Amino acid sequence: MASLFKQISAVTSMNVRSIPQRAAMSIASVVAVALAISVLLFFLALGHGLSQTVQGSGANDVAIVLRDGAGAELNSVVTRDQLNIIAQAPGVVRRGQAPIISGELLVIVDGNKRSTNTNANMPFRGIGPEGLSLRHNVHIVQGRMFRPGTNEIVVGAGLLREFSGFEFGRTIRLRGTTWQVVGVFEAPGTVFDSELWADVAVTQSLFNRPNVYQTMRVQMTSPAAVQTLKRFVHDDPRLQLQVLSEREYYAQQASQSTGQFTIIAWFLGVVMAIGALAGALNTMYASVAARSAEIATLRIIGFSGYAAFFGTMVEALMLSALGGVLGLVISFIAFNGRSTSTLSSGFTQLVFRFELSPGIIVSAIIVAVIIGLFGGFLPGIRAARVRPQLELAAQ
Amino acid sequence: MTDLIRLTDVEKTYTRGKEKIAIFERLSMRIEQGDFLALMGPSGSGKTTLLNLLGGTDRATRGTIEFDGKRIDKLSEGQLTNWRAQNVGFIFQFYNLMPILTAAQNVELPLLLTNLSPKKRRENVATALNIVGLSDRARHKPREMSGGQQQRVAIARAIVADPKLLLCDEPTGDLDRTTADEVLGTLQLLNRDLGKTIVMVTHDAAAAKFAKRTLHLDKGHFVASELAA
Ligand SMILES: Nc1ncnc2c1ncn2[C@@H]1O[C@H](COP(=O)(O)OP(=O)(O)OP(=O)(O)O)[C@@H](O)[C@H]1O
Ligand SMILES: [Mg+2]
Repeated sequence: MASLFKQISAVTSMNVRSIPQRAAMSIASVVAVALAISVLLFFLALGHGLSQTVQGSGANDVAIVLRDGAGAELNSVVTRDQLNIIAQAPGVVRRGQAPIISGELLVIVDGNKRSTNTNANMPFRGIGPEGLSLRHNVHIVQGRMFRPGTNEIVVGAGLLREFSGFEFGRTIRLRGTTWQVVGVFEAPGTVFDSELWADVAVTQSLFNRPNVYQTMRVQMTSPAAVQTLKRFVHDDPRLQLQVLSEREYYAQQASQSTGQFTIIAWFLGVVMAIGALAGALNTMYASVAARSAEIATLRIIGFSGYAAFFGTMVEALMLSALGGVLGLVISFIAFNGRSTSTLSSGFTQLVFRFELSPGIIVSAIIVAVIIGLFGGFLPGIRAARVRPQLELAAQ
Repeated sequence: MTDLIRLTDVEKTYTRGKEKIAIFERLSMRIEQGDFLALMGPSGSGKTTLLNLLGGTDRATRGTIEFDGKRIDKLSEGQLTNWRAQNVGFIFQFYNLMPILTAAQNVELPLLLTNLSPKKRRENVATALNIVGLSDRARHKPREMSGGQQQRVAIARAIVADPKLLLCDEPTGDLDRTTADEVLGTLQLLNRDLGKTIVMVTHDAAAAKFAKRTLHLDKGHFVASELAA
């Protein structure tokens, strides 16, 4: 047993030290693994960053009301009558006589994206007078809030970074109407940061959607009051609506989108990993072929086939681990922490960061190790089967 | 003198497709302890095949092979591997040193198969290198040495674990006359002073003169034998 360990470590050290003699192939297979790992990390970091961003938005004493079964905001409809019923529901906070609610209408408009200088969809949200106070982390950082009943808009700071033409003070034309940018708001780490906001009544009339909302936000007295509202809505047959706390709502949205990125990540990652595996197999078979006289010699001397097998395995594992580390380095340099914008589930632009997590890094390492294990296994068996015969050793 | 090796009615056939090629049909031979035997014969006569059978690196199709009174043809692959490590030193035409290792590390390889301590291993390596006259080259890599020096490192590797039998396939095939004679002198010394039994395949009649006797092989049969003068 001790002897087997010594044999394996001797053979492994010889293999590894002779890798420079097979530099070109070895580098190619390291790079292939690195690419596969980078692609995997890219999409996993995308999903993770998105989920972090979306989950950051959400209070649990704010209720969001959508049409039952609507799933996403854009598919939802809430009528003015329904809005009025909910405004009278128990547990709704009031400012004087007026309930703190906001009926909202989200429409999609075109904007010019800075990075690509092309048109892309932007979310344009009509909100009620209480829309700002219903979002706890949103602050006006430049200018002021729009005045109800006017063609004024305020713009999210994240959207400003990504899109041109919406700077503070500008006059813009959207759907044949002139709008004035009167303020910039910040909603760091939330979806709102990438939106344009205007008065909901003006939005309804200018976008031709009279008396129709998509969602409704309601300030409840407590998280428990949100549950009460759920029951209230459930028990009223006129209200075919769904109530979620803001936090629940965004968690649900996030899980859909991150789920998609995770699927893409693993699909592309696995396809590329298979490519990298083919490269690793090729490299390791070439390595075994190059070393076959050496292996035959060692076998003649009395080294066991296991030593030849494990030596090959360890070489493969080292190359793929190196590829994995290189992939991680590439990911950290190329995109970790960078912000990007992408289509979220509602076809709207959402600005967020790529974010690697320890879990994601561990998955990447596991994938690299699996490539190494499979890439070393069959060539390792071939190495173990090199026959200890003089004429083989003489080649 | 006692026999170290006894081959009885050994048959060796290769099958290539449906065709059967018999290299040996009924080969018998004895090699005494302390013998230095040169094997000669035309190319393809079966010299390397015979060395493989003697050294346990190949198996006979039929017949028995005894070493030191024990049947080695009955051993399993793993047992045979261990048997080789303990009983046989191999010397190759092209030295077969590991290019990445120094002379001392190459010589140490067979000792990794033993339970010797690192200190004892270093001592034995030093002794073996001393016997072949290369103590001053311990830290050199193979490519930094001449062919003759490399072959002497290979000889040190073959004797370091103190096997009874040395098998050499054309050990001087790649060397000039003077260097070849030095290497053959070393083998002779190992045979005479350390009592190693040596079987050496060679094409070179001058090399065969260093042996105690020579056997001529042709088409799988011994056709002649002569004793050294
Ligand atoms: N694995 C094999 N399969 C089939 N035939 C083989 C195999 N190995 C050797 N032979 C045949 O066995 C015969 C003897 O080969 P061997 O290598 O023993 O000859 P040799 O005397 O060492 O020749 P040389 O002087 O050229 O080294 C040859 O005809 C060879 O083609
Ligand atoms: Mg031969």
